[in-house]
Amino acid sequence: MLIKKNIKITNPQGLHARPASAFVKIANKYESEVVVRKGQEMVSGKSIMSLMTLAANHGSFLEIEVNGPDAEEAMKELEAFLTHDGEEGDLR
Amino acid sequence: MKLLNGIAASPGIVIGKALVLDSEDISIQQKTIKESSIPKEITRLQDALTMTRAEIMGIRDKISHEIGQEHGDIFNAHLMVLEDRVIIEEVMERIKKEKFSAEYIFSQVLKKYIQSFLKIDDEYLRERVSDISDVGRRVIRHLVGDQRSSLTDLKEKVIVVAYDLSPSDTAVMNRKNVIGFATDIGGRTSHTAIMAKSLEIPAVVGLEKATHTIKTGDLIILDGSAGTIILNPGAAELSKYRQEQLRYSDFNKGLKRFKDLPCITKDGRRLELAANIELPSETDSVLSHGADGIGLYRSEFLYMNRVGLPSEEDQYQAYKTVVLAMAPKPVIVRTFDLGGDKFLSHLEMPHEMNPFLGWRAIRFCLATPDIFKVQLRAILRASAHGKLRLMYPMISGVGEVRQANKLLEEARNELRAKRIHFDPKMEIGAMIEIPSAALTCDILASEVDFFSIGTNDLIQYALAVDRINEKIAYLYEPAHPAVLRLLKMIIDTGHSKKIWVGICGEMSGDPLLTPVLVGLGIDEISTSPVMVPEIKKIVRSMTFTEAEDIAKHALTFNTGDEVIHFLKTKYQQGLRLSAGKK
Repeated sequence: MLIKKNIKITNPQGLHARPASAFVKIANKYESEVVVRKGQEMVSGKSIMSLMTLAANHGSFLEIEVNGPDAEEAMKELEAFLTHDGEEGDLR
Repeated sequence: MKLLNGIAASPGIVIGKALVLDSEDISIQQKTIKESSIPKEITRLQDALTMTRAEIMGIRDKISHEIGQEHGDIFNAHLMVLEDRVIIEEVMERIKKEKFSAEYIFSQVLKKYIQSFLKIDDEYLRERVSDISDVGRRVIRHLVGDQRSSLTDLKEKVIVVAYDLSPSDTAVMNRKNVIGFATDIGGRTSHTAIMAKSLEIPAVVGLEKATHTIKTGDLIILDGSAGTIILNPGAAELSKYRQEQLRYSDFNKGLKRFKDLPCITKDGRRLELAANIELPSETDSVLSHGADGIGLYRSEFLYMNRVGLPSEEDQYQAYKTVVLAMAPKPVIVRTFDLGGDKFLSHLEMPHEMNPFLGWRAIRFCLATPDIFKVQLRAILRASAHGKLRLMYPMISGVGEVRQANKLLEEARNELRAKRIHFDPKMEIGAMIEIPSAALTCDILASEVDFFSIGTNDLIQYALAVDRINEKIAYLYEPAHPAVLRLLKMIIDTGHSKKIWVGICGEMSGDPLLTPVLVGLGIDEISTSPVMVPEIKKIVRSMTFTEAEDIAKHALTFNTGDEVIHFLKTKYQQGLRLSAGKK
């Protein structure tokens, strides 16, 4: 199954650096491929190095593309992570 | 024979073989491979990745076990970089296409990422570069079959010579076989110096070109009291220093006698002689050296080398461990002193032109009250278990003290509401380390129970000398008349306002200056655990009246050099100078 979604990052920390590692951890739990697109750039959502290069800040728009057998669950969890605005989670 | 001059960082003399650690750059020769060797090259890469993975996991577990979970966490971030599929696939693709050795391609790929991270205007990302380089170095070391011996499994006793030593280097190294440190950069208050002192390993820092001049296996004499290294010494030097070494160890054994004696002058003036620590595990050393308490517990170390913020519970446990180990002796916890030279790995601190004058310490804490109150609650909770005192760093005026005390009162109320115990009489202090605080300490005195003079920063701010810049290290003068006048003013004012005054910078561990501090009327001295016996011996060898005369006289000179000359003469005349100092 292939799911695409445009998501505005409302997580106050954006998706650079530390939150990126949490994102990658979630992405790697699933079998589905995860691709993150910001403007012209497109990177694997399972690669910490690529995602950090993307340096997506709070308020920027990302397109997330999830493709695979568990795409639905994966998208749900990733979206929740990007849009949550509460307390900083434990990212260890 | 060759003499290298550096900065004395941790006292003692060691003679031994050098182990020179690589400089920081990843530079690998470009080497082409045959089409037929490509599968072999890929296997080599995979093996190296597997070995690196095992190595990092091993370090993580060792650190978590020995120093604490929070220090091990940084290595989980390293694992994530190592296991990055995009990187691994890119390296494999390029090996097949370009036909260069795995180490060459791997270092090229890493360099590409590092360069792109350095371009992004994000301090946190730029700091991650050192993690990535660290992982990269490990992989490459496995690929090239290693020249850099790991500090963990040393077979013989060595003196480590490096450009700089990171907290993770010092944390994993084999403490039995590392007998000395020598580094190219750093000052008396750099991480390497502080760590060497707490591990009781002689060290010289700020040698500038030690890693270029010294080769692994060279015989060297390191004199951590004088700040010198003798490379390839002749027979005469060797025998001279062996004697020095014996004298120094006899001297130290002699000092052990002082362990259980009070720190008191001949005419009965009692001082509290305490020790500075960074990690809870150092309390053993504090007690074995006979300190009266802990005068500076640098709590920010709880925040370093980890991914998340330490929770209230984590902090409470750490403070409680220290308080219980020391009880009934007092412990002063300094609230977070972050920023400046301290590496803070997870808060996204903006890049600053002048970090020492920037958003750090109490300024940062007051701006992020939620983070600060977690610490205040943890400290209050720990105060129920012994004698805890709290102090605020980098106070520049009374407003900051009032604001911090208000947050402290809120924290107390939060605990009361939950019926959690704390010591309602816990003493609160202000660190006096900014000239504006020194000049207004009469005003500050009404808001706190004690002052602790932080000389490292006080000297740096009063003399406008960046204390980690080796080029101007000669201007960093603890005996400068301006510094002595500030000390006198702070102590006199504190006493006239009926509060006690301590001192906790490196200056408090300099035996030459002890008579001046005592004579100025200091109530508490806090220094590295290793320096405690020597300082105690000096205090016990003089009368307060003698010390007062020395202090009075020291204040009459025009330059720091004159003060030092005067004090050395005084020592030669009667007060005995430590055998380790020349």
